Formats: sequence, C-alpha cells, structure tokens
Amino acid sequence: MPDVTMNVNDMFANPREVYGAELARMGDVYDDIVVLTADVMTSNKLGEFKRAHPRRFFNVGVAEANLMGIAAGLAVDGKTPFVSTFAAFASMRAHEQVRTDIAYPNLPVKIIATMSGLSGGIAGPTHQGMEDLGTLRMMPNMTVIAPGDPLQLKHFVRIAYALPGPVYMRLGRGNDPVIHDETLAVEVGKAITVREGDDIAIIACGTIVSEAIQAGQMLAERGIGARVIDMHTIKPLDRETIIRAADETGVIVTAEDHSIYGGLGSSVAEVIAEHGLSCPVIRLGIPDVFGLVGQPEELFHYYGFDADGICATAVTRLAHRARRKPVSVTRGEK
Amino acid sequence: MTASVVTADEATREALKDKALEMRKRLLRLAHEAGSLHIGGDLSMTDIMTVIFEHLLQVDPQRPDWPDRDRFVLSKGHGAGALYISMANRGFFDVEEIYSTYGVFQTRFGMHPCRNHLPGVETSTGSLGHGLSIAVGLALAARLDGRSNRVVTVVGDGELNEGTIWEGVMAAAHYRLGNLVAFIDRNGMSMDGRLDEIMQVDPIDLKFAAFGWQVIDTDGNDIDALVDSVESLPPNTSEAPTVVVCHTTKGKGVSFMENEPAWHAGSIDRETLGACLAEVEAERQRERKESACRT
Repeated sequence: MPDVTMNVNDMFANPREVYGAELARMGDVYDDIVVLTADVMTSNKLGEFKRAHPRRFFNVGVAEANLMGIAAGLAVDGKTPFVSTFAAFASMRAHEQVRTDIAYPNLPVKIIATMSGLSGGIAGPTHQGMEDLGTLRMMPNMTVIAPGDPLQLKHFVRIAYALPGPVYMRLGRGNDPVIHDETLAVEVGKAITVREGDDIAIIACGTIVSEAIQAGQMLAERGIGARVIDMHTIKPLDRETIIRAADETGVIVTAEDHSIYGGLGSSVAEVIAEHGLSCPVIRLGIPDVFGLVGQPEELFHYYGFDADGICATAVTRLAHRARRKPVSVTRGEK
Repeated sequence: MTASVVTADEATREALKDKALEMRKRLLRLAHEAGSLHIGGDLSMTDIMTVIFEHLLQVDPQRPDWPDRDRFVLSKGHGAGALYISMANRGFFDVEEIYSTYGVFQTRFGMHPCRNHLPGVETSTGSLGHGLSIAVGLALAARLDGRSNRVVTVVGDGELNEGTIWEGVMAAAHYRLGNLVAFIDRNGMSMDGRLDEIMQVDPIDLKFAAFGWQVIDTDGNDIDALVDSVESLPPNTSEAPTVVVCHTTKGKGVSFMENEPAWHAGSIDRETLGACLAEVEAERQRERKESACRT
C-alpha cells in the first residue's frame, strides 16, 4: 500500500498551468517534443512553451481534425507531439483523425484534453466532453488517463512522453484540490487506494477523486468504512484492484465527470461481469442527458456525483443491502 | 541534396511511357487475379504515379527509413493498387507478392495501404481527407530538422469534397511549405458518378491559388506533360506549396472502363483481361509510331 495523503488539504492548483509549465521544462530537455493546439493556446496555458521553443510550437487555428493529422505527420518523422484542445473537440470533432491517423499506426502523439466533462460549466453541452473516456478507450493502442490530482499531472505528462504509443489525457476544471503527496510515485494502470475501508468501495477518476475522498470522510463520520480508489488510468485498467475491492467490500460505487455510459463506471462493470463477481456496481456520472448550464460544482451536485451525492448513494445502497442480509460475495466460475 | 529534378531526355521519357504501360498491365492483371480493386482510379493516376515514383521521388528501397528520403503520402488511399505496383517497380518488394497475396488473409496488401505492415508506406490511408494534413506534418518535420527532402501527396478530386483537405491547404500555405507538392488526380468523378453533378469542386486551380499555393495545370495522362510539370517544380526551399492539377480520365486506357462509374472498383475475368491488355498495348504501339514519326 503506497503512503498517500488521506485528506483533501487546502492547496489548489490549476492543472492547465501545471501542464503548461511542465511541458516547457520538458521542451528544454527533449528536442523531439513539439506542441500543437487549435486556437486554445491561452486557455490551455501553452504560452510558456511557445516563448521558450517558438519553432516547435504550432497553433493551427480553429481546425481540430487538421490538428491531429499534422501531429500524426510530425510523429511519423520522429517528433513527439503534445496536442492540446478541449475534450469535446479532441474526442469528437477530430475523432476519426485520432483513431485512423494516430491510434491505427500507433504513433506517439500525446493528446491533452482540457474542459472535460461538465468542467466547462456555463459553456453548456456544445463544450461538454462527456464521451471521451468511452470513445478513446475503444481505440486499440490508446492509453487513457484521467489524473485526479493537479500536481500529480507532472508525473503523468512525463510518463506520457516516455510511453511509445498514443496517449489521451483529460484535465478538469481550472482550480482543483491537491489530494496526493506530490512525491507519490505513480504508474499507468496502477490505481491508488486513497482510503482503506471494507464496507463499500468508491472508485473515481479525474476531478471527481477529490469528491470521492470527501464522501469517504463523510461516510466515516457515519461509521461506514469506504474504500476510496483513484482510478487515474482508464486504459489499461487496474483489474486487480477492482476485483479486490469487489471481493472485500461487496458494493462498488463509481464516480466520474463523464457519461455513465462507456467511461470508468462501464469499465469497472465489465471487469465485475467478466469475473462473475456478485457485486453491484452503481455508476454515478452524467445520466443519459445533455448537461444543463451551470457552474461545475452545481452540475456535479445536480447529477449526484459530488461528495454529497456519492455519500447519499453509498448510504442508500448499504441500507438496501442491510435489509437483504445476509449477502454472500462469492467468485463465479471464472 | 534534392531541389531540382534532373531533366529527362527523349529516351528517358519513352522509358517512362513504357513503365506506365507496364503499370497498367500489372493493374489489370491484379484486377483479374485479386478480386476487387479500385481499378478506375488506379488507371487514372497511373501516369502520375509513374512520373512521381520513377522521375521525382528520391527514395531508397533498401533503406525505407533513410532520413533524407522524399516522403510520399497516398491521400486517396483507395489507389493502393497503383501504389503497391509503383513501389514494386521501384524495388521495395517483388511484384509477384502483390499478385499472390493481395486481399488474402493476413496480407500486407489490402485495399488501402498500411504502414504497420508494409515498410516504405509512410502512413496508413484510406479514409479520405486525411492525407494532406499528414503531409503538412511531414513537411513541417523536414523544416524543423533542416532536411531538404520533398513531401509528395496524391489527392483525389472527389476527396476535395472533404472539408479537412481545405484545412490542410490553408495550413500548408500558412507554414510556407514549399517542400510540399500535391498532385490532384482530377478525373472528374467520385464513386457515385460525375463530380459536376454530385458536388462540384472546380475551379480547383483558382481555389488553391486563392489559398496561396503555386499552381501547375497539366494533362495527367500525358507522361511528357507530367515530366515537364515536375521539372518545373520550384525548389523545395521556396515558400509556397505547389499543387499539380492533373486532368485525367477515370479508367484511362480501357475503353469500357473510361468515365464509367461502375468501374470505380471491380474485377475482370481472364478473357476480359486479354482484351484489356491488347488495348493498352495497342495504344502504346500507336504512340511509339507517332513518336518515331516526329523524330
């Protein structure tokens, strides 16, 4: 068990700023890094890289499909492109270029998507990237990461650079709480158990990890031991941690700023089903609707995947289970 | 290295015409042996591909990853047959491997080219509207690395219906990629029929010029005209990309295939193959005689 920070502390950081600064530093060391964006340089905090490495910075204008195609061409010739745009456009407007030009030839293009899920707030459904985890994980060769901690992002950016193939990484809203010790080692495909507990497991990714941690604290105050897992990598998925959580707690709640279809919750449910485990998986996220307009916190609350919503779901579910006791959690045939 | 293309003398031009004939014959044989092939578009771009692969591109089949090689991207990826045969003619692999394995389970030769399986194919194409953007990336990489190689792409005219093509056209001019050359196979047709009925793309030359490209307009089924065109390409250090608008005939050389939408893709039986081979051979014979009369 890694030594991790257990509490949400008072530090906040903007993941886009962390990413922009780290990329500029990496650009000093690795001259194969090129950075591309589609007219969101300012929003995505790429100015520092541009100032330091102007020849290796390309703003292709409002043309996301072209953005991915050009990145593919640069990668064919030995460059490592970091490509930044909003999640909705990276995953949908340019979906086919990402799939066919990047994932199919297995090129080392690193897509860093901002404004994921409902984090765009009042920008509304046109800017809600709520399908990206699902559609990107369907692509062979693609690694899909949703870091839960803005400072940890630094490690993930370096890991993404070192991986030989394509990576899709989604960042959340502007000001996210720091939840992990910055020195904590991270590994792609290896979840972080932030809190131990055997009554229920909460598996979250991205921005919602901090909400899950708060929910874990709220449940503890009610005498419920919630295991909180930061599932920062959606693909490859840490199946072992999921199976152990199912075996040892018997109830899993997933929470993500993403459609409940196709993303983290679906991924977890697939593992449970494939292993024949008798363990309910309750998926919290954006239901089958286009999101309302509002501040991210309001939207997370409205759709029930903020700390309050996660906590309420856990309590309800456990009460339901208590009524049906005893429930034996057994492995299936597989 | 590279920059200007070596001038072809009369004998070289005649040899290129023979190469084009050979490619037509090989494509027809493939359409017979392999089943479905995009034979219409393959035949329209045969002369273009011959001049590109035999007269323009500096590549080394022994070293497909030679850093200074010219890069070629087949944006109209359904012309894979013409690409495979061009590469075989250039020595990348034995042409017999294409005949014996095209479309066969686990082949390196599918209906669209794949870089994962076939060294020398710069990137996988087939979905239209992608190749030009990739070529822009390759041309940018050459500029970044200080390499003087060219990046050459062949784009279909139906493919110009794709909006992403124009994103790439805009970017190539913006980044002053004079090392990028796009050949448009303007056969006037897409899968369903005539472009002027389905979705008009003319005037191609004025559109590219308006975006800041240098434009060469040529007969894309005339080897001499194509040779003249590539020999007049500006040096790759120039600051504007070049488009060579090649006016071609879909199914060129086989009378029943020419301008016939049904021959966008297809296969032919042995008897038809014989007739097709005789027709393309006869046309080349007529051309040889004409050439002999001129000299």
